[in-house]
Amino acid sequence: MSINGNTLATLKRGQKAIINFVDATDPQVQRLMVLGLVEGAEVENAGAAIGGDPMEFRLFGCGISLRQEHARYFKISPVAAGD
Amino acid sequence: MTKSVEIRVPADKITLNRRPDASVAVVGTPNSGKSTLFNRLTGLKQRIGNYPGVTVERHIGLLKYGETTTELVDLPGTHSLSAHSLEEHITVDVIFGRMAGTRVPDGILAVLDATNLYQGLFLVQQLIDLEMPVIIAMTMSDAADQTGIGIDVQKLQQLLGVPVYPVVATTGAGLEKLRQAISDIRTLPAPARISVWPELAEVAGELAASASGTVRFAEVERLLIDGATQANQPFLDRLGPEAASRLEEFRDKLFGLEPPIAKDARIRYKWVRETQEQVQQSTPRLTSWRTRVTGFLNRPLPGTIGLFVVMAIVFQAVFAWATPVMDVIDAATSHLGSAVIETFGDGVIASLIADGIIAGVGSVIIFLPQILILFLFIILLEDSGYLARAAYLMDRAMRSVGLSGQSIIPMISSFACAVPGIMATRVIPNRRDRIATILAAPFMTCSARLPVYALLIAAFVPATQIGFMNLQGLVLFGLYLFGIVAGILTALLMRQTALRGPKPPFALMLPEFRRPNLQTVFIQLLGRAKVFLYRAGTVIFVVAVIVWALAYYPRSDEIREQAVQQRSAAAYTLSGEELERRYQRIDNLAAAAQMEQSWLGRAGHFVEPAFAPLGWDWRVSSAVIAGFPAREVVIAVLGTVYAVGDEADVGTLSGRLKASTWPNGDKVFTLPMVIGLLIFYACCLQCAATLAVIRRETNTWRWPVFAWAYMTTIGYCGALLAFQLGSA
Repeated sequence: MSINGNTLATLKRGQKAIINFVDATDPQVQRLMVLGLVEGAEVENAGAAIGGDPMEFRLFGCGISLRQEHARYFKISPVAAGD
Repeated sequence: MTKSVEIRVPADKITLNRRPDASVAVVGTPNSGKSTLFNRLTGLKQRIGNYPGVTVERHIGLLKYGETTTELVDLPGTHSLSAHSLEEHITVDVIFGRMAGTRVPDGILAVLDATNLYQGLFLVQQLIDLEMPVIIAMTMSDAADQTGIGIDVQKLQQLLGVPVYPVVATTGAGLEKLRQAISDIRTLPAPARISVWPELAEVAGELAASASGTVRFAEVERLLIDGATQANQPFLDRLGPEAASRLEEFRDKLFGLEPPIAKDARIRYKWVRETQEQVQQSTPRLTSWRTRVTGFLNRPLPGTIGLFVVMAIVFQAVFAWATPVMDVIDAATSHLGSAVIETFGDGVIASLIADGIIAGVGSVIIFLPQILILFLFIILLEDSGYLARAAYLMDRAMRSVGLSGQSIIPMISSFACAVPGIMATRVIPNRRDRIATILAAPFMTCSARLPVYALLIAAFVPATQIGFMNLQGLVLFGLYLFGIVAGILTALLMRQTALRGPKPPFALMLPEFRRPNLQTVFIQLLGRAKVFLYRAGTVIFVVAVIVWALAYYPRSDEIREQAVQQRSAAAYTLSGEELERRYQRIDNLAAAAQMEQSWLGRAGHFVEPAFAPLGWDWRVSSAVIAGFPAREVVIAVLGTVYAVGDEADVGTLSGRLKASTWPNGDKVFTLPMVIGLLIFYACCLQCAATLAVIRRETNTWRWPVFAWAYMTTIGYCGALLAFQLGSA
């Protein structure tokens, strides 16, 4: 199943995915990578504030909130079956 | 033994009875429980100062174990040694021994949160590569056990090559062993570097070889990643011109087109994931009560409603709990003042002590109950992990006015008092956001404005029923709303003009909910109280004495003699209670006459033409001038100046205000004039404490001066508009 074009911004509440590409040209996105949002990281959408923005994600047990405009820079693929 | 807590000594002036045997830098990611651990290890043997030239606080504590005294430096939390914010730069500079006035650390105490190994190990790996002794304190090891994370500590020690001490800061478990290890840190060998990124090490080696002096390897690596920036210029100079000229060439070779920070994160987090898989059995799942709380608050609507409930409780507590204590302080200072006057007579010294010093000090400590209660809540909310969530929930709303979510707590706090509100802006990492919030905060209706509003509204606004609302309540509500709108417009204006800048990235770590440690809360609260009393206190005190002098001098002997004559004349014709009343009236008249010809009274007369378009006579003008250091003083000054002539016969102050007239018989306090006066009070920055705190928090006089001029101008124009339109 391909969900190409999907990003963290399109991840639904409770869904998990793996980051497979980060567009790192924006310095703000680079700061987010320092927090651990890099290729290979498994991320779960854990909720959102009113209006769906900012979004909250869980990343290996830690909570991190992102604005939608930044979440778009992180492309995702589904978690491998059986995981 | 050194004195337990000493606050606000310039960092370079800290002297110790004995130089500590070793200095250890405490480093960890934000929310790793670093400060709690630091407080547990050092207790009250702490000093808070500032790093030279910046507003970042420097926390140093002493740890005594046996014969050894170790100095612990609690450094601002950071995710990486590539510094981004001011705080992170401080951390990196201290670690690399580049911070003036701070000892080069002998070793590092790395704080690793067991429930967040992922981000923790990213930082720890960089610390191990520094080639200096490292001890790891693994905090929340109890929470990790409860959540079933199960960390193989032996394996972790083996992989990292440094000792790992699991601790529970809240109960104190494991702390004894950790204390011993810290005290012995100088006997600990530096760990072997972890080969995470061989190419970087190789290029760093080449660059270091061409350097003119000896340099630290890790520092060269960091230079390659960060490039030549203003912050690492001194290090670049030490490397020598040849190395500096080849830096970009080396960086090209290493990174090509990939952003260095991104490559650094990609490579190190890959190592983190591999390491984590070997030491950790499962990814953490939340414990039951945390799951339920977090799950509930993750939903937009309950989360937002929860936030308003929490804020309402805080707001209510600051008002309701503080009031009785404030009344006691108020009564105590006025009693003390009367006692001084009674004991020493009404000479200069007695007046200076009673009206100047006691009233001045009183006006400082009267804020303390509110500040303590507010900070108790802020510390509790912060330590429990809720503060970050509040910022997250309010981000979108605050963004629409050019601020970010982190501004909400300072803004709401300012309804109680702008002083702690402005102190609370420290949670805002972006400087422009922070200053815009600081400038908006004093517009919020603080508790010192309330007595002025209450007096004027009760006296001059009719209590007409409008629907289920009373007109008086409606006006009060309108004034609150006015403050909010003015504050928001100010923030918006500033972000569009002087504080224009890129929107800061908003990435908030949302920590798990956890139970705050009471000892830590207490230590933090004590620190806040001392900072306030020492810094804001000194300024308010000086200003209070100056205002006293202006209202006291010069003394007119003529008025005094006249009063003495009137008293003796009254003694002939009257007796008993009637005489007492006459005496009091004579004294009041004399006090008011002295006031009128004092510097303050003369100033009131002098500026009367400027305030005449607002409908104010010299008495209102001098009360307003006297109120600039502390706005609530205006009531006391009005009380003094209106104790004159026919109005003094009217019992209450509001009655006297109503009765006051211009020389031609027109009323001074008309409705348009009162509305104007209220608007003036809603805007004007009449608070020396706030100005002192703005100065302290922005580290320049520019912002307090600007805020004062800006708010006074708006207040004046508002009052002018209200009076002129209303009277037309």
